[in-house]
Amino acid sequence: MHKPKIQVDTSNVVIDVRKISKSFGDLHILQEVDLQLYNGENLVVLGRSGTGKSVLIKLISGLLKPDAGEIQVLGQHVNQLNESELRELRLKIGFSFQNSALYDSMTVRENLEFPLIRNKRNLTRAEINREVEDVLDGVGMLSSINQMPSELSGGQRKRIGIARTLILRPEIMMYDEPTAGLDPITCLDINGLINEVQERYQTSSIIITHDLACAKTVGDRIVMLLDSKFERQGTFEQIFNSEDERVKAFYDYNFIL
Amino acid sequence: MIKKIKSILIEFAHIHRYLMKFFRELVTPPYEFKEIIRQCFEIGWKSLPLISMTGFIVGFVFTKQSRPSLEEFGATSWLPSLISIAIVRSLAPLVTALIAAGKIGSQIGAELSSMKVTEQIDAMEVSGTNPFKYLVVSRVIATTIGIPILCFYVSGIGLLGGYLSIRIHDQMSFLSFFTQVFEAIGYIDLSAMILRAVVFGFTIGAVSCYAGFNSSKGTEGVGKAANSAVVTSMFLVFLEEIIIVQFLAIFN
Repeated sequence: MHKPKIQVDTSNVVIDVRKISKSFGDLHILQEVDLQLYNGENLVVLGRSGTGKSVLIKLISGLLKPDAGEIQVLGQHVNQLNESELRELRLKIGFSFQNSALYDSMTVRENLEFPLIRNKRNLTRAEINREVEDVLDGVGMLSSINQMPSELSGGQRKRIGIARTLILRPEIMMYDEPTAGLDPITCLDINGLINEVQERYQTSSIIITHDLACAKTVGDRIVMLLDSKFERQGTFEQIFNSEDERVKAFYDYNFIL
Repeated sequence: MIKKIKSILIEFAHIHRYLMKFFRELVTPPYEFKEIIRQCFEIGWKSLPLISMTGFIVGFVFTKQSRPSLEEFGATSWLPSLISIAIVRSLAPLVTALIAAGKIGSQIGAELSSMKVTEQIDAMEVSGTNPFKYLVVSRVIATTIGIPILCFYVSGIGLLGGYLSIRIHDQMSFLSFFTQVFEAIGYIDLSAMILRAVVFGFTIGAVSCYAGFNSSKGTEGVGKAANSAVVTSMFLVFLEEIIIVQFLAIFN
């Protein structure tokens, strides 16, 4: 699968992370990390499990607070916003969770309606239905509209999770391990969907993964988290054309060379 | 030892922050009326079969057990007054609260903690919804409203059980039983019942939501949250019962 050519506007930084540090007790997860996400790009954050990749996107979306450093999203300082300002900003950020985080007491339709009804209170019933059906059709899941999340497969849940974030038309998407726990064919489908979302909704995205096939398929740029810092960044080929043992070990493991 | 004291103090600080946040969110718009009504239905309507059975048994057994003592003094005609005061003042709120702590408390604790484990609470947060207001405030309001209503219902069912228990031995009409019942209870008894039910309802809601919303991650956390919701709620209900009894003694 080839990634469509997307024009990345490197003069327009949508997420700017400066010298972020985060620890949990004595465990230093991130240390003085810098990261920029440009308008329209798919940025893949690669790293081993437990290196703080998910923590990073939770810091960006304000779900966690950093110990030090500064985060700007769409020009706003995340750590200086009050709760209601943060909630406003989050409407511009779509967050696709590792386990999809679908509301399991609601049907697929209700899962998608939930953020829409609560954030766009002036929509009519017909408009809500149209929005939900449009987005579900876009991720190829319209036929599952009345199903419960428990009736769906892992790949279908991922698609619904992505659809639920897209319903608010976010400017930025964050994918936390989008292909984790899926079979290779479904992984390809999800990778294709991530590229489609970038193209159709003109989003800038951060994709957290340790799946190199996913990184290669969806990433315009890749950064690699090693020892609590981003030590390498560039295209897939630039990253893995390296003599660094830690990078080579990662590559060797993924492709079992 | 110092570590233990420190962790207890930290827990108290968390509870204080939780309660402050609850009262702040309670008075700040937007209000979650739809969710409150839905939760009232979940809490009230779905507990009816269990509550009905328990209320009936308590009224029936209490009357049955009280009869021999009154019979010794030839005072069985006082049974309706005795059971009405006992049920309305204390038994109905206590039984409702204990059943609710077991059924509703465990349900809320397990539901919220499993939502936390599966990141559904985070998903709400990032999609522009205030999960504390939507999940916690609505449930606490629902239990604070729902348990007093259930309590009135349990009183009625308990008195019915009492009447049937009397009817087995004596020829007493339904009308004369309830006339005696309403003659025996006054405004202060009803107020005592409402006070107890409101306090118990708030306690069960607040404790269960706290246990669920602040549970540790992992499936073990779900079990612990449900268990802690029930045990802590029941313990606090008994503690509050003692305090309320002492407080109401002033008015008697």
